[in-house]
This record gives sequence, C-alpha cells and structure tokens, in this order.
Amino acid sequence: MKGPTLSQRKQTSDPEIDFLRRERRLEAIRSQALQSGQIQDIGISPAGSPIPMASPTAGYYAIPMLKEPQWSWEIPVYFFVGGAAGAAAVVAQFAQMTGVKAEIVRDGRTIAAVGSVLTPALLISDLGVRSRFLNMLRVFKVQSPMSVGVYIVSAFGPATVLAKVANSLRQHRPGAILKIFESTSGLFSALLGLGMATYTGVLIGATAIPVWNENIDSLPIHFALSGLGAGVSTLQMIGHEDSRSLNMLGIAASLGETIEGVRLETALKPANEPLKKGMSGVITRLGGMLSGPLPLALRVAATLAGERRSRQLVRAASAATIAGSFLTRLGWIRAGHASAKDYRLPLQIDSEQHRRLAIESVKIDSVRA
Amino acid sequence: MSGVTAFLTDSTLCIGCKACEVACKEWNDLGDDGLNWSGFSYDNTGALGHSTWRHVKFVEHPPEIGHGGNSPEHASWTFSSDVCKHCENAGCLEACPTGSIVRTEFGSVYVQPDICNGCSYCVVACPFGVIQRNKEDGRAFKCTFCYDRQKVGLIPACAHACPTESIKFGTLDELRVEAKRRIEDLHSMGMADAALYDPVDTSIGGLHAFFITRGDPRQYNLPPQPEIPTIYAKQGWKSAAVGAGMLAFGTLLAFLGGGRR
Repeated sequence: MKGPTLSQRKQTSDPEIDFLRRERRLEAIRSQALQSGQIQDIGISPAGSPIPMASPTAGYYAIPMLKEPQWSWEIPVYFFVGGAAGAAAVVAQFAQMTGVKAEIVRDGRTIAAVGSVLTPALLISDLGVRSRFLNMLRVFKVQSPMSVGVYIVSAFGPATVLAKVANSLRQHRPGAILKIFESTSGLFSALLGLGMATYTGVLIGATAIPVWNENIDSLPIHFALSGLGAGVSTLQMIGHEDSRSLNMLGIAASLGETIEGVRLETALKPANEPLKKGMSGVITRLGGMLSGPLPLALRVAATLAGERRSRQLVRAASAATIAGSFLTRLGWIRAGHASAKDYRLPLQIDSEQHRRLAIESVKIDSVRA
Repeated sequence: MSGVTAFLTDSTLCIGCKACEVACKEWNDLGDDGLNWSGFSYDNTGALGHSTWRHVKFVEHPPEIGHGGNSPEHASWTFSSDVCKHCENAGCLEACPTGSIVRTEFGSVYVQPDICNGCSYCVVACPFGVIQRNKEDGRAFKCTFCYDRQKVGLIPACAHACPTESIKFGTLDELRVEAKRRIEDLHSMGMADAALYDPVDTSIGGLHAFFITRGDPRQYNLPPQPEIPTIYAKQGWKSAAVGAGMLAFGTLLAFLGGGRR
C-alpha cells in the first residue's frame, strides 16, 4: 500500500511555498495529536494498528488455508510426455490393426517407447526420497488415483518397449510368432496408453485444489485430446506430414481443444479465475491457442492446399500443437498453485461480496487522503 | 471405539501462550521456523506445516465487550490452537500411494516416516492444508497425535503442556459429550456465538481433533464444507473413460476413413 508521500503529492514548482506548507503541516499534526491523542492521516498507521480484523470475508488475515502443490518441474513435463506417448501407442496399434503404412506403426511405437522410458524417470526424479519409488508398488489402492497411475506407468513401459522390440525384429526377420508377440504387447501398450493419456486428469482433479477439483469432469478428456494432439504431431514432425489419416486425427484433436477452450473461457466459475488471470492464465490461454484454433486452421488449410504447401502447413500446425500441449500442462499446474493461494475458495467466501468490500475500503482511503 | 482418542481444543480457554507449539517442537524434535515477523498480527507462525504441528491462531476482532482482548479500545482476541484434524475419513490417507499413511489403534492418522517416499500427493489431498513435504528431507510430515507417547500411555505433549486445559485429550466419545456440555455452559454464560467445529455431515465424517470457536469458523481458516477429495475420483474415472473412448474411436475412424496413408 505504498503510494507517493504527502510531500511528493502536493509539490509545487516553488520550493519556498513547499517549505512553508510542510512546516505548517507539522503544526497541524502537533495540534491533532494534542487534541485527539492520535493521528489519522495518509502514510501513517493509527495507534493500535495495523490490526487487520479477522472476519468471515477476510478469512484468517487472508492467509491461504490450503497448501500449494509441491511437485517440481518434472511433473508438467511428465504429464506432457506421458500423454503424447500414450496417444502414440494407441495410434501405432490402430495403424497396425487397420493395415496402415508400416512406417507409421514403426515410428508410433518408437515415440511411445521413448516416452514410456522417460515417464518413470521423470516421476522418480520428482520424489522426495527417490530410492523409495518401489514403495508405491507395495500396495494397490483403487481409491488413490496416484496409486492407480503408478501401476499404469509401470506396466506401460514394459508393454510398450516389448512392442517396439518385436516391431524392430520383424523388420529383419518376419514371422508369425513375432507378429503375435507384437500385436499382443501392442494391444496392452495401447490399452495402458489410453490410461496414460487420461489418468493425470483424474490425478489432479481428485484433490482439494479448487481449480483442479471443480474441473474433474472435463480434465481427463481435455488431457486426452492434448495428448492425442501432441502424439500425432510428433509423428508428423518426424516424417509423416503427408498422412491424411494423421491430419484428420490432428483436426479432431485441435477441434476438441478449441471447444474445451471456449468452454473454459465462458464458464462462470470463481474457481476458474487462475485459468484466465495472472501468469497461469497467460500460459493456459497461450497453450489453448497453440493446441486449439491455430493448428485447426492450419490443418484445415493443409487439406485444401497443394502438396508442398500442405506439408509446410502441417509442420507448422504440429509444432504449435506440441508447444501448446506442453504449455497446457504447465498452465494447469501453475493454476493449481494460484488456486491454493486464493484463501477465498475453500472458505466459500463470495468473491463478488469480497470485491465490493475491497472497493469500499479503497473509497474510504481516498476520502481520508 | 473405546481405544479411539481425540483432542478437544477450546478457544474460549486459550490464553495464546504457545506452550503447545513449544512443547510439540521440543518433544518431536522439530526444526525452528526462523524468526520472521508476519507484520499483520501477533501471530508470527501463520500456518501449520511440516515443522509446525501445533499453531496458535490469534483471531482479532473489532472491540467487543466480553470478548477477551488486551485493551478495550483496540481489539478483542480469540486464540485457538490449530492442529491436524485426524479426520474420520482422511484425504491424505486415502491418497497416499505407498500406504505410508495409516490409521493407528488410537484412531489417529499417522505418517510412517520409514515408508513415505515424498510423492507429495497427500499435500494436495488434505482439505485443511495441514500436511506438507519437507523439501530438505524429502518426506511429508504432520502431527503424529504423539503416537509414541500414546503407545506408552502418556497424553500428547501439547495437551500435557497446556496450562488452561484449553487442549483436552481423552476418548472420542467422552470428548464429544464434553464438547456439547461445554457449549451449553458457554451459551448459558452469554457467549451465544460459541460453536463446535466438527463437520460430521460432510464426506469427512467428523474429526478426531475438534474445536470450540466463536463466531464464523472461516475467520479461523476452518472451511465450512470440507470434503475428502478422493470421493471425486469416481467422477474423474468416468470422464477418463469418455476421454479414452474418444481417443480410441477417433483413431480408429481416422485410419478407416483416411485410407492407407
């Protein structure tokens, strides 16, 4: 609440007048002190202050009741990589089952396998006691999304790596056994990939953090679309710009993200404030633009453009989607921090009423000044 | 239920001496919080945390006759010693993926420090913002309800050190009755705003550490409608199934419709 000091505010061009005014001001302060026993004016705290009163609208001195999330940088990266890898595993499996180009299957399996190895590494790196990662596998708790998620991650890795190994071996030595091996492990990899792409939405949704909790119905779908966009775009970036199926999938994902963006922007929930305001709002909105309307427009344009143009447009859309997917995850995590710091939400303090009170107190201050 | 113990923290008896905070830190050998002045009240602790398991709140009101306080023209004070609520249905316990957080034979919620791996999911699962990860140590910590002392038949350190019996320790059933009687007493003495904070009607299902406060519980940073967040997981998995279905069918349709390219 530091504004300009009284002398700065009322400064004139004539130093002598300023001096006299400030001298007279000292006299005024002295007489006010003599008469009322205390001074009430701008720039000083009246006797007995500062004592901001605790009240139903101010909570406990506006100290946040909830604790901020304590995850480090690995977790948003983990959400991003896990989503993209999970979707890539699904894409690879369906590509194989429908008999699409073998290169899409091969590269899809590669992306999924790389991601499936990175994700547990990121998860372990975030732990406070890394050597105790295996403690998460000593129990299974269906009521804990973290516990369910750990089993998904732990099974996704082996299944996906096996599918990739089988796929690679088949390039050199085609055979029925390897084919069965690949399709079986690939099926598990795809099923677990569906879990990888969606469970993180449940994970943050089933918490006490208001902005996450109040969006639990849409978060898993939102994250699935974000993962699909990132997985498809990574595939296209490494040489599948001309795949019509992948571009169609990209259109579907970015259309879904556009709809989700509109929904979030228009929802009138006080808990959604961090998705629109502050740094978390900037990141979430930028992520939304880069994974929704922008790639949607570019991809639709690509279907109409000539072959060379089309490739460029798809590459641009893919780059935007990958960046957008990462920023979306980062934005949601940061929104969780901002939400935990907002003392009003868990205390069910009416923010409109709160805003009015804040305006009134500002008015009182300015009347005093 | 005979073995289930509880805390009744009565803010109308608290004198704000912080003996409970000190006793807790000394008995449990907790680190200091540094000498930081909050600058907005006489409460310089602020909140519970990984090294603060008891926290005396200084709730300051506009002057009100009969409402305690240092001097009548400045402010009226209520003190309330905050602690882990040891919920009947605990968010941290449900969320813990290692099984480190358990329910003890005394009905309290206990973090086994030799199992916790510091995933910090309990931190966001606690609807009261109690449990916290110690960044240097890596693990999460909160009030143990003096499990070690209770094991050998001693009462918790904070209750032992409290000079006014503001912190009462006893069996859950007895203290619930005691709380009711105390509130009736307070009402008959003219403290019409005295109330018990024990959200039994929410998914929390009541606390093992409940509080007698005055006026709106929100000024004590006590949420009016706390819920155990894992009850939302079912909803979440439903939408995860929808998301997974969209992903699978979308991919299938794209490959069927997009031809072999």
